[in-house]
Parts: sequence; structure tokens; C-alpha cells
Amino acid sequence: MKRKTRMWSNLSAKIASVPMLVTAIGVFVLCVVYSIALSFTRSRYFPKFDFIGFDQYVRLWTTDRWTVSVSNLLIFGLLFVGFCLLLGFLLAVMLDRNIRMEGVFRTTFLYPYALSFVVTGLIWQWMMDPALGIQNVVRNMGWESFSFAPLTSTTYAIYGVVIAAVWQGTGLIMCLMLAGLRGVDREIWKAARVDGIPLWRTYIFIIIPMIRPVIVTSVVLLSISVVRVYDLVVAQTGGGPGIATEVPAKFVIDHFTERGNVAIAMAAATMMLLPVLLLVGPWVYNEYVRRVRA
Amino acid sequence: MKTSRIALFASALMCSTAFSAQAAELEVIHWWTSGGEQAAVSLLAKEFDANGQDSWRDSAIAGGEQARAVVMQRILGGDAPQAAQFNNSRQFEELAEADLLLDLSDLAKKEKWRDVVRPKSILDPCEIDGKIYCVPVNIHSDQWLWTNKAIYKEVGLEEPQSWQDVIDQAGKIRDAGYIPLAVGGQGWQEDLTFDDVFMGVGGKELWNKVYVDRDEDAAKSPEVAKVFETYGKLRDLTDEGSAGRNWNDTTSLVINGKAAVQAMGDWARGEFVLAGKKAEVDYGCVPGPSRHPVLTTGGDIFIFPKQDDPEVEAAQLRLASMLLSPDVQVKFNTAKGSSPVRGDVNMASADPCMQKGLALLNDDENIALPKNAILSSDTDGRIQDLVSQFWNTPSMTVADVQDQFAAILQDGS
Repeated sequence: MKRKTRMWSNLSAKIASVPMLVTAIGVFVLCVVYSIALSFTRSRYFPKFDFIGFDQYVRLWTTDRWTVSVSNLLIFGLLFVGFCLLLGFLLAVMLDRNIRMEGVFRTTFLYPYALSFVVTGLIWQWMMDPALGIQNVVRNMGWESFSFAPLTSTTYAIYGVVIAAVWQGTGLIMCLMLAGLRGVDREIWKAARVDGIPLWRTYIFIIIPMIRPVIVTSVVLLSISVVRVYDLVVAQTGGGPGIATEVPAKFVIDHFTERGNVAIAMAAATMMLLPVLLLVGPWVYNEYVRRVRA
Repeated sequence: MKTSRIALFASALMCSTAFSAQAAELEVIHWWTSGGEQAAVSLLAKEFDANGQDSWRDSAIAGGEQARAVVMQRILGGDAPQAAQFNNSRQFEELAEADLLLDLSDLAKKEKWRDVVRPKSILDPCEIDGKIYCVPVNIHSDQWLWTNKAIYKEVGLEEPQSWQDVIDQAGKIRDAGYIPLAVGGQGWQEDLTFDDVFMGVGGKELWNKVYVDRDEDAAKSPEVAKVFETYGKLRDLTDEGSAGRNWNDTTSLVINGKAAVQAMGDWARGEFVLAGKKAEVDYGCVPGPSRHPVLTTGGDIFIFPKQDDPEVEAAQLRLASMLLSPDVQVKFNTAKGSSPVRGDVNMASADPCMQKGLALLNDDENIALPKNAILSSDTDGRIQDLVSQFWNTPSMTVADVQDQFAAILQDGS
């Protein structure tokens, strides 16, 4: 093949980036604007631009199902991110102590991540079913008063969802953390040992600050799966019992489809976008705008 | 290399259009996935394939809500299936208004649907702006109690004839080691049980005042309070495993002698038949429960999203015609446990439970429109959310839930 001139390769690079550019502007900007515009209308299944102001937002925030969804997202988000980081880190530390059969453990812990959320949801639905699952097994072993059926209670059901999600997500975090730990210079360990610093202090005060980029990546990955959590809830609880495990994404999709109320779905979607903008906006400003000025 | 890639892309495009133009194969989306339902729908598929020129491509999607969502999205996205199941309701109204559905008026006139379909109100939701957009295939009513006869015999009780009976008998049945009332803890099932309680305790007149007339005073009346109160009392009658349970798994509790009663639509009968049980011998069916049972005439219909290909359109009309033909009506509804939508077919082969339903259908006095044919999907869904929340939150007061109930009915369309 003939060597291409610089201009040509530039051109093909430009052509190649056109689809992405179109997608970025078309999907991320225009569609967001379109969705926000729809949230101020009375659209049902089909877009209709009869603006009615903030009515949909008023209804949204006076609807129990939405407020429950929002508080569920907060509970789920904090616990899911927290436990995944903690357990992922602990597992990674244990694997990093040069244990035997590390490969077996690593694969076993990572395996849940290979399952889709739907499969995870169904597995845990059965495990938490009082007549089939863990409770039944333990009771059959003789512990008659044992009780573990979070999904049957409106108070605890959301924690049942958290358990399933943590079970699935921890393996990936463990792998990321393990890679981070393996990247730490062996000399650091030697130096710490020479100075007589206890193991736990070495981890907390030396190693954790050193693998900070890995932790940030993990938090970003986990946060993304928090905001879009949908399939897990649909498979595991269907939002129930009652409305106890509803989440915002499910509210949006249900109203967008089955309920035939696109306007309120878009109002809810806009509310989901707000915190993302509030978090990402300052970051983008910090990373790009301010740095360029400086 | 670049050109070959473009050629590949172009040929891929052509292939995809070539496939969609394949005539006379109709993709039918439905949510008939339980054992009894599958037996019924495969009858339809077999019958349709038997006409020699068409074929039925089965797209079963578990769960009505999911199936309808897929159909909506595919129609709006320009990839419409050739036929789709909906409930006999307002669920597809906007599709018809937006002119996305095949107009069946000519076929309906030719085959005199208006005359053969019974009760007449069954065809009403299909008619939008004077045109017929759907084919009703069966009548399902929600107001049925399914009982396990053996349990009642063992405990020494009569089958319940009212909701009060169900509540009064619960203690004895519980003591004998059975679940007094099996409820599947999914929103729509809790809502269906609520509808049964509403009809059984409140009656048809109250139903029409509250839902059809949107009478605010009626919605806030002590009669509706009594409905919520009775409904709330049923919470204690079910079992721990109720949360999230599918309706057919709940029915098997009754079939297998673990629960005495389930309130479920008449489609539950299919599960009993599939399990080899005999109506009024092994299992009982109580309409209502009420001494003056009123049935809501819900059911399933098929819509036919508009297609560009006249050949496909002709096949869609053939399918529509077949679905309403007397022979198919009898076979299908016998298998499914629903009532046929035409009165001029011979249902002598129907079992005692179906006969009870057919007898009730003959008098308009015993018939009311189901909630989802009266309310928009949005409002219907809000009621379902509220009812489900009330069912699962024993601390919620009747006054509180009733206020919200009345407010939604005033606010929604």
C-alpha cells in the first residue's frame, strides 16, 4: 500500500470523527434539550409542544413513587459504592499477600461481574425467597427462628437489592485495586518494613494514597452504575413490595412506555440529569477551563 | 479497502430491507407465556399457518407491561410488528389517533362484527372516531375466586360467597395449616384484588360513579372507605412468600393444596386444566365474590400496526378475520379459559366454571367496563401505584389513601 500524505490521513481522521461528532451533538446535546423541552408539555405517547410550565415537576415531586425512588437511589448509591470499595479493597489486599491459588480466587470473585444484572437479580430473588432460599435452607438445618427475607419487607427490600449489587460489583473493584496494589513499587514495602511501620498503617497511610487514581476510577465506574440502575430492580423486585424499591430510571422508563406519559418521564429524566451536571460541570471547569487560563 | 467496506455496508443495508419485505410472515407480539396460555396461543398459530399462504412468527414477551412497552417502542421507532396483543382498553388509543394502526372497518362491516360480538360494549374500546382498529379475541373478567375444594372439605367450611366470608374463615383455615388467601405481590395483582374487593363490597353503581362519572363525592364516600378497609384486612391473610410472586405461581399454591383461595381473573382456570384438575370437583370458582356478582369485561384484543406492503396488509386482514371466526373462537377460548366474544357459538364443551361466566355475560346488568378501559394508562397506573403502596404499607390510614385516590381521579384523564 502506498504511504498516505499527511493531508489525506488528516482528512480520513476527520471523516472518521464525523459520526462521533454527530452522535455527540445529536444525542448528547440536541436530545437532552429536546427532552427538557418535552418535560414542560403535556405529551403522552407522542411529542406535543403545548407548553404548560412546571406542572409536570409539581406532580413529580408530590408523587410518592418519585420521592421514594430518589431516596432509594441515595441509600442504594451510598451503600453500593461504599461496600464495593471496602470489600473490593479488602479482597485485593488479601490476594496481594501472595496466597496460594490466587488465580482461582481471583476468577471466582470476578465471576459475578460476568453475569448480567437480570441474572444477578433473579439469582438473589430466589436466594432471598423465604420459601426457597437461604432462610429455608438454614431453617431446614435446624435453626427454626432464622429469618432472612429482606425482599418481603418494605423497609428492608432496598437493602436486598444492595446485597445483590455489591455481590456483582465487588469483583471488578477487587481486580482494579489489585492492579493498583501490584503497581506499587516493592521498594516502598521494604522501606516501610525497615522503618517498622505496622502493616495496617502502611496500607492506610502509604498504599491507599498511592493508589488514589485507581480508587477514583472505581468510584466513577460505580457511580455510573448507580445512576442507571434499572434492570437489577426490574429482575429482582419489580420495584416492590409496593413501591419500596422503585428507582428513578424505572420511573422514567415506565412512564415513557407503559404509562404513556412522556412529559412526566422527561421531567424525571431532567431531574436525574441535574445532579450529574452539578457534579460534572465544576469538574470540567476545573480540568479544562481554569487550567487553560492558568 | 475503503470501497470494499462501503460495499459491505451497502449490502448489509440491502439485506435488511430484503428481509423486512418478505411477505405473509406476520410477527405477532403477545404475552401469553404461562403453560395454559401457551397452549391457547399455539392453537392460533397453528390455525393461521394452516391457511397455506401465511405464517405466524411468534414473539412472546413475558409480562403484559413489558410486551406493551416493546410494541409501543417498536411502532414509534418504525419497526412495527405485524400484529400485537393489547388489553381491551385505552392502552392503544393514541396509536389509533396518530393513524399508526390498520383500519379494520371494512372487514368489520363485511363480517358484521357489530352484530355478532357480545356483549356489545366489548367492541367499544376498538372503535375510535367511528373506525374499528382492533379485533377482540376473548373476554376475561377479573372478579373470580379460585378455591381448593379439598381444603374446604377438610376444614368443614362452605366456599366463601363474599369478602366478609373470606375474612371470617381465615382463622380456621390458618389453624389447619393453609394460607387463607394467596396473593401474588406484584402491583397489577394487588390492583386486581382491589378491583375485586371494590366490585364485591362497593358494587357496580359505586364503580360507575367513581370511575366513569368521576364523582368526587362518591370517591370520598364512606362506601369507598369500606372498600379500602376490607382490602386492608386481607393483608394478614396471605403468606410471607407473597412478595413479587407471579400469578401462576400463586395459582399453583391453590392447585397444590397449600392455599385455600386466590382472587384472580378467569385465565387462572387454564392453570387448573393444565394440572389435570376438574372444575367444581377439585377446584371451585366463585364469581365476585358477591351475592350479586358483576364481571368487568376486559380481555385481549389484537391491533395491526400499519405496514407499507399491501401483501402483508392482506395477511393482517386474514389474521383478523380468522381470530373472530366461530371455530377459532371456540377452540381458543376453551383452551384459554376465557369467554368467546360472540354469542352465536356453541360452548357446550365448556366446563362448569366457564358456564357460570357465560351465563353472567348474557345479562348487561352483570357487566361493567374494566378500569383500564375507562381510565387513561397514566391514571390507571397511578391508581395501581397507590393501591400497591397501601397494600404494602399497613401503617397507611384509610383516610389518607382515600384522599389520594380521589385526588388522582379528579386530576387524571
